[in-house]
Amino acid sequence: MLAFWHRYKRNRSAVFGLVVIVLVVLMAATADFLYPFDPFRLAGKPLSAPGTNGFLLGSDSLGRDVAAGIVHGAKTSLLIGLIATLVAVFIGILFGALSGYYGGQLDNMLMRITEIFQTIPSFIFAILLVAILKPSIYSVVIAISVVSWPGVARLVRGEFLSLKSREFVQACHTLGMSDLRIMLREILPNCLSPIIVIGSLMVATAILIESGLSFLGLGDPNIMSWGFQIGAGRTMLRSAWWVCTFPGVAILITVLAINLVGEGLNDALNPRLRERN
Amino acid sequence: MTRSSKIFRFVLKRLLQGIPIILAIVIINFFLLNMADGDAVDVLAGEAGSATPEYMAELRAKFGLDQPLPVQLLVYLKNVVVLDLGYSFRHDMPVSELIVDRFWPTALLMVSTILLAVGFGILLGLLAAMRLNTWKDAVITVFALITYATPLFWVGLMMIVVFSLNLGWFPTSGMENVAAFYEGWDRVKDIAVHLVLPTITLSLFYLALYTRMMRASMLEQYGQDYVITARAKGLTERRITFVHVLRNALLPVVTMAGVQVGALIGGSVIVESVFAWPGLGMLAFESLFARDLNLLLGIFLLSSVLVIVVNLIVDIIYSLLDPRIEVS
Repeated sequence: MLAFWHRYKRNRSAVFGLVVIVLVVLMAATADFLYPFDPFRLAGKPLSAPGTNGFLLGSDSLGRDVAAGIVHGAKTSLLIGLIATLVAVFIGILFGALSGYYGGQLDNMLMRITEIFQTIPSFIFAILLVAILKPSIYSVVIAISVVSWPGVARLVRGEFLSLKSREFVQACHTLGMSDLRIMLREILPNCLSPIIVIGSLMVATAILIESGLSFLGLGDPNIMSWGFQIGAGRTMLRSAWWVCTFPGVAILITVLAINLVGEGLNDALNPRLRERN
Repeated sequence: MTRSSKIFRFVLKRLLQGIPIILAIVIINFFLLNMADGDAVDVLAGEAGSATPEYMAELRAKFGLDQPLPVQLLVYLKNVVVLDLGYSFRHDMPVSELIVDRFWPTALLMVSTILLAVGFGILLGLLAAMRLNTWKDAVITVFALITYATPLFWVGLMMIVVFSLNLGWFPTSGMENVAAFYEGWDRVKDIAVHLVLPTITLSLFYLALYTRMMRASMLEQYGQDYVITARAKGLTERRITFVHVLRNALLPVVTMAGVQVGALIGGSVIVESVFAWPGLGMLAFESLFARDLNLLLGIFLLSSVLVIVVNLIVDIIYSLLDPRIEVS
């Protein structure tokens, strides 16, 4: 673990990304303490510029506090990004592991399904799913995971394919271990590092998809999110630029930080790869 | 077998491979349609204001909605084959006609985006790779990182704030100034001016992607043996870069341009709705609010088919460009 941190630390931008993420997580965790009121509530004079009428980042056309929205929106973005990624990684591991381990007809069939999901334009598919399931936090999570798992499935399949013929796996067969146990206890732990890397990058993509969906008005109507703020502020662009600007900066910084951490993890978990470049 | 007949067989094989995927997407479409609350008759009844249950049952029988699901699926498949994608009650037009109408603005936006993104991406990637580890490389890498993390709709809105509202250089929305009744070249110029901001917005993300890919691809090619041979022959670095390395480095970027078409279509939904560009993406956005599912599904189907077709075309181009690829 310490060796891992030493390798991670060498990449300074990754450390910077980690610091930013910790700050965003802290902001989300203390949202109810920083802004104890409902972010949807009328907090003061509508369309106040940043720094006036007691608004740090201004207010929107309905008098909602932009800063409160950003702090509460951080919770939404992080939660949806994390949960959707976990679900997608789970489906991806399931498909990839079965496919890579058993091969043959099953592999053929599962990879065909993966291919179909990879061909479908993902954002339109996500829109369609949310529109049909009715906008809610659940449908957004489902939609994002349904469009994000194929990459994981391909990755895991490749890892399983190469690991299943290795000697330690053959030894497990000789010991009479069950397939399930070999897959879960022996092979899977050996391909965790690429899964962690792809997963961390997927959180960033998931946050971007979520913001796009809620910008189009497909987010959960009862939960504050950054995309919703921008979508609500766009008609006021001429008179109140701040309503759209600050939530966008929040998305940008968060997604950038997660990407940096993802790259840092990649360098730290695959040291051989790094030295080759 | 000659090369051209090999390529012909390859195309045919790929076309046949595409068919099951399209079939699967149509089936997914059908089930999504069935998952939604209410059917076409409910919509019709809602539009009419009132309808008796008997009348609705009669309508359902007429549309075949009282049939068992497998039968309905077969009917739906048959309709899709003859390009009948249903009827948009909101627009009072068949979905297929509506989609064809709105296809050209989207095609225009996409082609200009791809040209801009691929062109500049190759240029910037080349520059970064040639000036490896200098400030130019650093600036280009940071630019790529940041654009990679920015939501498209936000970039679009910020572009509007800066270039339309503050500087007044470009119009905020639409594809042309309809009230001006421009004709000929004036109209082309008008559309071009409207095209600038949406194109830049949509291309930024892909620009970042292609820049990173081009840089990586150039670096990979620099490490190949043929570069050492070329150096040993006494070729100038310039010649090695532009004549030998560049050509080989372009190949993966070409493939990537095809793979990304699906994402590009998704991005165009957002960009078109930000700039009110009257294409398929805008149509999808409108149909969301009108709860016009037939239309949304039609757009979805068309964009999936588009992805398959573009990938096929890219594969063919790729096999023509790189003789090492076995087409058979």
